[in-house]
Amino acid sequence: MDFDLMITSFPKLLGATVVTLKLLSASLFFGLFLGLFFAILRLNKNIFINKFAYGYSYIFRGTPLLVQIFIIYFGLGQIEYLRTTFLWVILKEPYWCAIIAFTLNTGAYTSEILRSAFQTIKPGIIEAGKSLGISNKIIFYKIQIPIAIRQSLPAYGNEIILMMKGTSLASTVTLMDLTGVAKYIISTTFKPIEVFIVAGGIYLFMTFIIHNLIKFLEKKYSFQ
Amino acid sequence: MELLAFGKTGWGDELFYATLMTIAVSITAMLVGFFFALIFTPLKLSKYKSLNLLGNFYTTVIRGVPELLVIYLFFFGGSGAIMYVASIFGYYEYIEINAFITGSMAIGIISGAYSTEVFRGAIQSIDKGQFEAAKVLGINKFGQFYKIILPQMLRLAIPNLSNVWQITLKDTSLISVTGLVEIMRQSYIAAGSTRDPLFFYSFAAVLYLLLTYVSMKLINKLEVKYSKGY
Repeated sequence: MDFDLMITSFPKLLGATVVTLKLLSASLFFGLFLGLFFAILRLNKNIFINKFAYGYSYIFRGTPLLVQIFIIYFGLGQIEYLRTTFLWVILKEPYWCAIIAFTLNTGAYTSEILRSAFQTIKPGIIEAGKSLGISNKIIFYKIQIPIAIRQSLPAYGNEIILMMKGTSLASTVTLMDLTGVAKYIISTTFKPIEVFIVAGGIYLFMTFIIHNLIKFLEKKYSFQ
Repeated sequence: MELLAFGKTGWGDELFYATLMTIAVSITAMLVGFFFALIFTPLKLSKYKSLNLLGNFYTTVIRGVPELLVIYLFFFGGSGAIMYVASIFGYYEYIEINAFITGSMAIGIISGAYSTEVFRGAIQSIDKGQFEAAKVLGINKFGQFYKIILPQMLRLAIPNLSNVWQITLKDTSLISVTGLVEIMRQSYIAAGSTRDPLFFYSFAAVLYLLLTYVSMKLINKLEVKYSKGY
């Protein structure tokens, strides 16, 4: 065991954790909206809209995240037309490509989580709202969405942890996130176990925090 | 389409073999995972606190750390660990382990953590009366487990195991970083030499979708088989 290496690499890895957290928070933020949007589409009675939303979540849940990042980072740059539009400013940056891929991926999972949460809401609750003369819009925003969010908290907590692990793939498109820096240190020092303990410890700590945060929220917003 | 031609002109046959490689790694990893689950599930269900702790340590660490980091640990640390063991026995030459073995071990350990959780959940949801009834009927321990508990457990575990299979299948794409030529690595090579990454990565996505779709269909059949009588 090389404890000196563990101590000297800790600040470097901690600095890289900031990149990981930035990627995670940005993709979760955009992914939540995307997920909510597609969950609402899934509940639509129009079969085409419904199928479109299902297709989106099926494709992004059925393929590895690595493929999705590679298509966006390496693939989209190949389209000549894209290079002339303003989108190229975003797509030439690996940072934004990673965020786009993560957002689309987490959006697909989130849409499934929210859809099943919406579907478990008892019709009686909506009917009760209607009988009180509350408009459909307010029923949706003030009754259905809060209940669905509470219902989906445990599953969404898992999704946050999965996404946190997913951000490690950003290192494959040259970003120096926690895994990227860990790999760099391993490949220069050839001390994989020491680096794994430190980097893995940081990831586990983040998992621990997220897990407890979700538990706290679950308790706070429980019906009982 | 000529990019996908078989033979020397296209990448069809290379991608076909790469797909077989992905399937082979996934199945091996899944089996390695079952092996780990077989060890760690009893630990998690054990009466002893220390054994519980060991079981929980495995599932918590593996499920809380990115797959890629575990793969790097195996990729860079694997041959070092083997060489260390060999040096005890007086063998000092360089030993390189095959990428297939490293990859399926790494993915297998990850998949095993998920399988452990699935088995634990399935065993815990079997009614206690079943164990007691088997005991009362004088069935021996072996028969109790294989004839009474296992069939019931499998029925409960199959839907969740199909999720584990999907995760494992998708995780194998990460082994491409170690140079094992599976779908992702082959697409990377093809994309590099033809300068057509969009096509090859999209095709890789289609291959993965096909694999997940077909395996879902097969697992559904299995589910029907084990749900007979319910």
